[in-house]
Amino acid sequence: MAKKGTKSKPQLPPLAPAGKKGSKAAPPPKAAKRVPKKQMLLESSDDSDTEQPQQLQEEDSDIDVPSDSDAEELSGSDAEAEGGSSSGEEVEEDEDEGDDESDDDSLADDFLADSDEGSGNLLRSLVGFTEGGDSGLDSDDSDDLEAKSRAIDERQQKAEDDAEEELKTNIRSESDEFKLPTAEELEEEAHLPPNLPNLKRRISEIVRVLSNFNKLRQKDVPRKDYVNQLKTDIMSYYGYNDFLIETLIEMFPAVELVEVLEAFEKRPPECLRTNTLKTRRRDLAAALIPRGFNLDPIGKWSKVGLVVYDSTISAGATTEYMAGHYMKQGASSFLPVMALAPQEKERIVDMAAAPGGKTTYIGALMKNTGIIYANEFNEKRLHGLLGNIHRMGVTNTIVCNYDGKELPKVLGMNSVDRVLLDAPCTGTGTIWKDPQIKTSKDIEDIRNCAFVQKQLLLAAIDLVDANSKTGGYVVYSTCSIMIPENEAVIDYALKKRNVKLVPCGLDFGRPGFIRYREHRFHTSLDKTRRFYPHVNNMDGFFVAKLKKLSNTIPVTSESTKASEGAAEMADSSEDDEDKKTVNDEREKGVPDKEEKAVQMKNRKETKKTNKGANITKESKHVPDRPAKHIKNHKKDALETDGPESTEPYVDGKEVHREETKQTGQKKKSTSDRTKKFGPKSTLGLKEKKPVSDTKRKRKWQFKLRRDWEAEKKSDKRRKV
Amino acid sequence: MRPLDEKETTQVFEKLFKFTGPNLKHLLERPAVEGPDPEPGRYCLRLHRNRVYYASEALVRRATAVARPRLAAVGTPIGKFTHHGSFHLTVHALDLLAAHARRRVWLKPDTERSFLFGNSVPKSSLARITENTKAGDGVVVMSMADVPLGFGIAARSAQDCRKADTNAVVVLHQADAGEYLRKEEELM
Repeated sequence: MAKKGTKSKPQLPPLAPAGKKGSKAAPPPKAAKRVPKKQMLLESSDDSDTEQPQQLQEEDSDIDVPSDSDAEELSGSDAEAEGGSSSGEEVEEDEDEGDDESDDDSLADDFLADSDEGSGNLLRSLVGFTEGGDSGLDSDDSDDLEAKSRAIDERQQKAEDDAEEELKTNIRSESDEFKLPTAEELEEEAHLPPNLPNLKRRISEIVRVLSNFNKLRQKDVPRKDYVNQLKTDIMSYYGYNDFLIETLIEMFPAVELVEVLEAFEKRPPECLRTNTLKTRRRDLAAALIPRGFNLDPIGKWSKVGLVVYDSTISAGATTEYMAGHYMKQGASSFLPVMALAPQEKERIVDMAAAPGGKTTYIGALMKNTGIIYANEFNEKRLHGLLGNIHRMGVTNTIVCNYDGKELPKVLGMNSVDRVLLDAPCTGTGTIWKDPQIKTSKDIEDIRNCAFVQKQLLLAAIDLVDANSKTGGYVVYSTCSIMIPENEAVIDYALKKRNVKLVPCGLDFGRPGFIRYREHRFHTSLDKTRRFYPHVNNMDGFFVAKLKKLSNTIPVTSESTKASEGAAEMADSSEDDEDKKTVNDEREKGVPDKEEKAVQMKNRKETKKTNKGANITKESKHVPDRPAKHIKNHKKDALETDGPESTEPYVDGKEVHREETKQTGQKKKSTSDRTKKFGPKSTLGLKEKKPVSDTKRKRKWQFKLRRDWEAEKKSDKRRKV
Repeated sequence: MRPLDEKETTQVFEKLFKFTGPNLKHLLERPAVEGPDPEPGRYCLRLHRNRVYYASEALVRRATAVARPRLAAVGTPIGKFTHHGSFHLTVHALDLLAAHARRRVWLKPDTERSFLFGNSVPKSSLARITENTKAGDGVVVMSMADVPLGFGIAARSAQDCRKADTNAVVVLHQADAGEYLRKEEELM
């Protein structure tokens, strides 16, 4: 029966035509009501048992039925408000309601346990309407017909609205029900193998709570708890290590975080780049498609890219591949070369060229004119690079095997037009290619990479000729999404060299970060571009294009390598490894004498004492001394006597610290002084050279002792 | 990296002559495309670690700045000197040869694979051959789509090929593009 259909889910469809009939017709409610009421009374006993359990299910079901039935089912479990309002609609049928009430009460108890009178009324009335349609018109209220039809429509509308609200409250009530698992629950879970669907559900729940925190949170549960639970869940579900998850949580909002993680779980799309030296994209596609490749152009942004959806044979095994007609390359690898935009007859350096995709792209863009220096530090990757270069028919290359930092010495400073630096990085943007990165990367790796990247970038900038007619650009790119490897490195270069950021020429991708947590980068960093797998469907990537403004190196960085180290210590927040390595540099480095002179001069400058004369004498001699000795002297303060070591040692420390905090100005002045100082020291050195080291040492020590004693005497005199 | 001496140069030219014939001088005297200089130089041959490289003069000049142990390649390698001093052309010379060689052989589509695996070309794979090929000529092997696949020495003259048996070897394999995948240690 149709009435039964209204109650239970599987029997809904039969209601539909009935419902439609009901809405079209305008049956007199009174008569209609009386009829179904009786029917319901008859059937109440049957339905009461089936009704209650089904109520709860009906909320969840996808009900594809006219709103009447929705309202019916939902109103069954709903709160008073709706019932009350719906009953308000039924004012017209006072008579019926009066009759129905007693019946409704009994019926309500039976099978609409939670419902109110009002909602019961609504149910009855709606049922009555649908039933009334079937039973036909036996009304004598033709005048009321219009009003009644309007009432029916209003009621329907009301019912629909109520249904929607009902759904919403149900959803809300579901979310209110989401509670963070307690410690015991977590312990239990820890003992069992990870329940993946559960984890997934919990992750999406927490993300939802976090995105609407004020409304959806549990009382008195801090946000931190939710975040921590999310972290642990993600770690066990996706398999990341603690450090990576922390960084990702800091970088992305909760919803996007899940998108990122999901994107990294997928397989990267396979892309090819047509080698324009040998073929065209059109011809290549025409040759590959018959071999069973499902290809498409990669996008509007590239004229040479193809993306392979699937293929019967591997893309690396075709005749065209062996003939060098295309290169298998990630889509993101196109970007730095497009940003570089090499022109014909230019001199280009690719500082980290292996496996050669970018180098060959550069060669193709230049049409084999000009010259490319393809450098690769790692010998083992060299043969792959060579193979690719020669297979693709790029003839204008010189392939060498240097450490990128040495290239300015080999090729000469300010000697080339453009440099591409696709820096070695932690590779966090390529997790989908290499899932091992999820667990193996740590803060130390990032710091080490960042250090190397900074040095390489400075070397790259030094290679470029700012006065080049057509060029003067450096493109820096990494396949990582970590800020210390990307924005921080560019920021460092902006401070150290006369360069500025220019637009990459890539109109898609997100601008880089200008500020991130406690870091503040130069505002032009929004010209850099970041790419993500979940946004661009390519590896996580970062591209920045720098233009060299002048060949002179700013004095702040030139004055001393020591102060450069000091500046680094002051600048960067990841101090430790920088300090360590830069200190090493300092001790081994060439400008040690200068550095010592600077320190001496600084001490003189900051401490206004009578030791002026002594100090000048000492500092004059200081550059003459071998650097090693001075190093010892400085370190073994307690052992060797002397004013520099004992008395001013404490001060010396302070002085040193002050020096590190010096501004550019002071550095400039010190550098000037060193410049003045330089020739003097070398002259002194020439005189003393023939003396042997040990002899010199002892002489020096004697001298120090004498000076110290002299000083003591003068102090005593002063005190007295 | 040094220029080749007399003996070495003759060896290289001999091998190349088999492919190019009188075109050989064109190989060395054509204006160079590479190099950032506005006036094009010429091409030259240089020897570095037993490999012979074909590069433009501009490139060669700049490559002198790179230290010998650090230099991996200049321009295109065309062949190498073996341990006992004979010279062999390698697959990297394919592009150059394909551009300048006089004799070509075209293979049937299904038989390309066999050649790319390093086998010699039997008569059954032969689709076309340049008319006046003589036995012992250098021959560039192409696919029907005019994609160079490798090179070798013609075992028979063009007329003899017609008369030959289906399984008779027509082209002796010297190098093929499949070596890029098969032999990773090629250039090192």
